[in-house]
Amino acid sequence: MIATLEPLLKVRGLTAGFNAGPVLFGVDFDIGTGELVALVGANGAGKSTFLGVASGLVRATSGAITFAGEDVTNARPEALVQKGVSHVPQGRRLFGTMSVERNLLLGAYLRRDQDVRNDVARVVDLFPALKDKLSREAGTLSGGEQQMVAIGRGLMARPKLLMVDELSLGLAPNVVDRLIDVIQEINRQGTALILVEQDVLVALDVADRAYVLENGRVALSGTAAEIRDDRGVRRAYLGL
Amino acid sequence: MNAAAPQLELRRVVKRFGGVAAVDGVTFQVEKGEILGVIGPNGAGKTTLLNCINGVHRLDGGDIRWEGVSITGMAPHRIAKLGIGRTFQIVRPFGSMTVRENAAVGALFGSAAARRGPKEAFEIAEQVLELVGLNDKAAYPVSALTIPDRKRLEVARAVATRPQLLLLDEVMAGLNNVEIDEALEMVRAVHATGVTVLVIEHVMRVIIGLCRRAIVLHFGQVLAEGEPEVVLRDERVIQAYLGERYAKRLRASDGPQDAR
Repeated sequence: MIATLEPLLKVRGLTAGFNAGPVLFGVDFDIGTGELVALVGANGAGKSTFLGVASGLVRATSGAITFAGEDVTNARPEALVQKGVSHVPQGRRLFGTMSVERNLLLGAYLRRDQDVRNDVARVVDLFPALKDKLSREAGTLSGGEQQMVAIGRGLMARPKLLMVDELSLGLAPNVVDRLIDVIQEINRQGTALILVEQDVLVALDVADRAYVLENGRVALSGTAAEIRDDRGVRRAYLGL
Repeated sequence: MNAAAPQLELRRVVKRFGGVAAVDGVTFQVEKGEILGVIGPNGAGKTTLLNCINGVHRLDGGDIRWEGVSITGMAPHRIAKLGIGRTFQIVRPFGSMTVRENAAVGALFGSAAARRGPKEAFEIAEQVLELVGLNDKAAYPVSALTIPDRKRLEVARAVATRPQLLLLDEVMAGLNNVEIDEALEMVRAVHATGVTVLVIEHVMRVIIGLCRRAIVLHFGQVLAEGEPEVVLRDERVIQAYLGERYAKRLRASDGPQDAR
């Protein structure tokens, strides 16, 4: 990542929240084209809210967000998807009674091109476990397979930036391994990634850089190695 | 009631869904006062097993015994009254009620519940909230709780039924290491009151931190059983469940605590 390039997603002074009050206070955040960035912090620190603002689901009350050089502050979710921001929400949020294939196709809802079917095949290439399950109801899949569908659905919009909230939630360690391998493959193919993850070591293992959120503020940012070796982080998040 | 019998005993338990045996001949015992871990891949049958124990599922084979007496075929509420409490993976507190009220609902069910009125239920709720560390938030609406606190409330509701055996289904999913350590303290506090615990988790920090014994389920069968330190280094368990990254971290660190 060359520092002089304009970041893909640039967030400045972001304040946002809900009726009960702000959750994020003046957050600055950058991710470059093709970068893999981990976003870590305690429950309630504001990580999911941050992803919500970046995907247009939560309103920014102040601050500015630019994506690929364009101001997208408080743009609508569908506009952001079209520009290339995909959000894989916590808990997968699949349509459980629809087939796996329908779930994937919904990720391409806004696309008008003819390549959509090919992209289903691309998702299956990334996740061979889904090959024989395209016609199965998504709700009958194992947790790991559901996470694959959720990531696949995100990819169907052909994002420049894929944001994955709690990849490892409720998944067996070897399943997390496999998903992380695919995340790295997606990243190698040129998609920038934000990983929100409670298993901080897993995220820092594969990330280029990381941000630590604390009570809605960026407490620390740096390369993944710097964050991993930071004594405060080791104590507060890694429990070491 | 048989003094020599284990508190809970599963004998060749089978549960099928359609043609698939989700639990396929599982045999193990839970001794009074222990904390037993149950781990295994997604879809290995862990939650199905809990549902068999607490009567949600009817068995297709085998027998489950509580203090030496068969409870196979018994309804869930009767099993709860015998003293088997549980939490659920997806927490569903009563959203319009306070934390205290949610805990009190637990106290109105479960063992010896018939003898309790609302006043006593609220007294039990206070004690239980103190035990799980939610006493400061007793008057909060549930909606104001953070995720770790919602998990505490889920445990509080189960503990308020006054179980002798508590089944915990992934109560620590979605917590970071420090939050997990706090939750471990809570489980130890509950255990210290004399409650036997059976815990399902994917986070090895929990299994290592709590259990002297762990069972690995794979395709509905017991793949391995023993001390966590031994089980987690078992090549078959690494193959089927833990994966190479975890095994590497385990080897690289002095102990499993580093590997989560």
